[in-house]
Amino acid sequence: MSDFLQMTLFGLSNGAILALAALGFVLIYKATRVINFAQGHFLLVGAYAFYAAIVILGLHWTLAILVAIAFAAVIGLIVERFVLRPMIGEEAISVIMVTIGLSSILAGGVQVFFGTSPRETPQFLPTGALSIADATIPWSRVTAIVVAAVVLIAFSIFFTRTRHGIAMRAVADDQQAALTMGISVRKVFAMAWALAAVTAVIGGILLADLSGVSAGLAGFGLIVFPVVILGGLDSVPGTIVGGVIIGLLVQYTAGYIGGGLEQIIPFIVLILILMVRPYGLFGQTRIERV
Amino acid sequence: MAATSTGIFHRSYASELALRHTTAEKVRLILVALALLSVPFVVSPYWLTIANQIGIAVIGAIGLNILVGFTGQISLGQGGFLAVGAYSSAILHIRGDLPVPLSVLLATLTTAVIGAFFGIPALRLKGLYLAIATLASQEIILFVVRNWEAVTGGREAIVVPNMEYFGFAFRQDFHWYWVILPLAVLAVLAARNLFRTGLGRSFMAVRDQDIAASAMGVDVTRTKVLAFAVSSGFVGLAGALTAHYTGIVAWERFTLEESILYLAIIIVGGLGSISGTVYGAIFMITLPALITRVGQDLQGTLPGIAEKLPAVQVVVFGLVIVLFLIFEPRGLARIWQRIKDYVRFWPFRY
Repeated sequence: MSDFLQMTLFGLSNGAILALAALGFVLIYKATRVINFAQGHFLLVGAYAFYAAIVILGLHWTLAILVAIAFAAVIGLIVERFVLRPMIGEEAISVIMVTIGLSSILAGGVQVFFGTSPRETPQFLPTGALSIADATIPWSRVTAIVVAAVVLIAFSIFFTRTRHGIAMRAVADDQQAALTMGISVRKVFAMAWALAAVTAVIGGILLADLSGVSAGLAGFGLIVFPVVILGGLDSVPGTIVGGVIIGLLVQYTAGYIGGGLEQIIPFIVLILILMVRPYGLFGQTRIERV
Repeated sequence: MAATSTGIFHRSYASELALRHTTAEKVRLILVALALLSVPFVVSPYWLTIANQIGIAVIGAIGLNILVGFTGQISLGQGGFLAVGAYSSAILHIRGDLPVPLSVLLATLTTAVIGAFFGIPALRLKGLYLAIATLASQEIILFVVRNWEAVTGGREAIVVPNMEYFGFAFRQDFHWYWVILPLAVLAVLAARNLFRTGLGRSFMAVRDQDIAASAMGVDVTRTKVLAFAVSSGFVGLAGALTAHYTGIVAWERFTLEESILYLAIIIVGGLGSISGTVYGAIFMITLPALITRVGQDLQGTLPGIAEKLPAVQVVVFGLVIVLFLIFEPRGLARIWQRIKDYVRFWPFRY
């Protein structure tokens, strides 16, 4: 029983971070219909920006988070303006490849500055472990769940209550109608990329605290696909449900079946979902029949 | 016959059916053939290795271009299919004791069948959904390779012995060049001719408008599965050749990065262009080697650049993809076309 609880808690915390990474992905897809294969690399850049701010610039961790967020937002804006805007209206393969090229640039750029050896982030989240009925869970994982929950709730409020959030939803729904209402689609696109980069920073910092800063963080970007496909490519609540389901599934598979199956179980789920219900659990039913 | 500004005019069916129409094209073909034949005698062993890698990449990239460029089905799973080709050929040769040509042939067929199987999601999905599904197939194939220890040897690499025929061991790049070159030429010719047949035309019809294609009597389901099979066959051949050429088969060689490299080759070369695929392969395989060379030359002026080189290669790789997509989405094939037009119409602009 304690094993089960342990796995559930670890699965939940992984799922929380997955949901954060998936949120950035969904933000971009919802507003601009671009599949961002570089989302994992945004996590990577965010984690390294935080590391650089705290270790190299010697800032306090609160300040370092702000610096990393600002840096990521700028990167997101630059990427949108110079890479994605020329690609508007191009075929799916071109848009996919441009984000793949982008991920290569980001990965290489990080490697030029920081090399390939993993770095240890200074501990700033509370250490120690929390015991709940025989199961122990490190405080850093509890923090990850809490932070992810706060960010996701904040985004839900942003989308339903603020001017910019509503403008983003309008653009996602119908670009032309949004334009006639005086919404600047360009600004919304730019904002989507900046916000996606910011959520990736938060995810990256949390992930770096759990597993250290290394190029391997980008691999996390691949497991985002099963999450967003399961939850629905354009659904914000879907990321939470998808993230938690995939996070738990990976933990249970690792615990009860093992043998490395946990590495590909998300992808098996992905193919099954694509074959049966391609728009996911909460996505808008807009897929074309072939 | 020459290409005039008003077009190429044929006087017989035979001339229209020819692969090369104009005198300029024929002269260029002879020049290219001479260059290809003289390469192994001129270049250093280092560049000969690169030439062999290009040859293999041409075969694999043509396979991918048949699928992505000509049939419009995006695939991120080429690394997986290369792995299938490499592993099945190596295993058939070592465990099954088959001669290399037979094992390579069987590996090609095996990969075609497995490719058709993994093409099944394409019957329901297209565009980015298909891309994500093929990404998943890649991960699943590599997982099977890593974990099916009884057959693939698991995470351990398989060592493939040198090919030996007529008391002659294919050990050097020089020997392999004469194996890879004819196969690459054959692959180019096969693909070029494929798109003159009904099957090839139906591939393109599905790419351009699948509903219209089906209204014209093209069986879309059959066409898509066949496209995956034909494409994977080429990729399997490339994989099998890699196995015997490098003498080692390890799963790390067939990760997502390999799939991306092949996609980059066809994007840079030109989607839906056979000659473009060849240019793309030459460009993308030579590029890292050139960067290394430049880095070594700069060693004196910029100390410490050597350790940055792998990272610089990754950045340049990404930059090339992004810049081509933004400025010339139709790739090197289109650039070459524009240069030819410029010369032909000179001194006029068009």
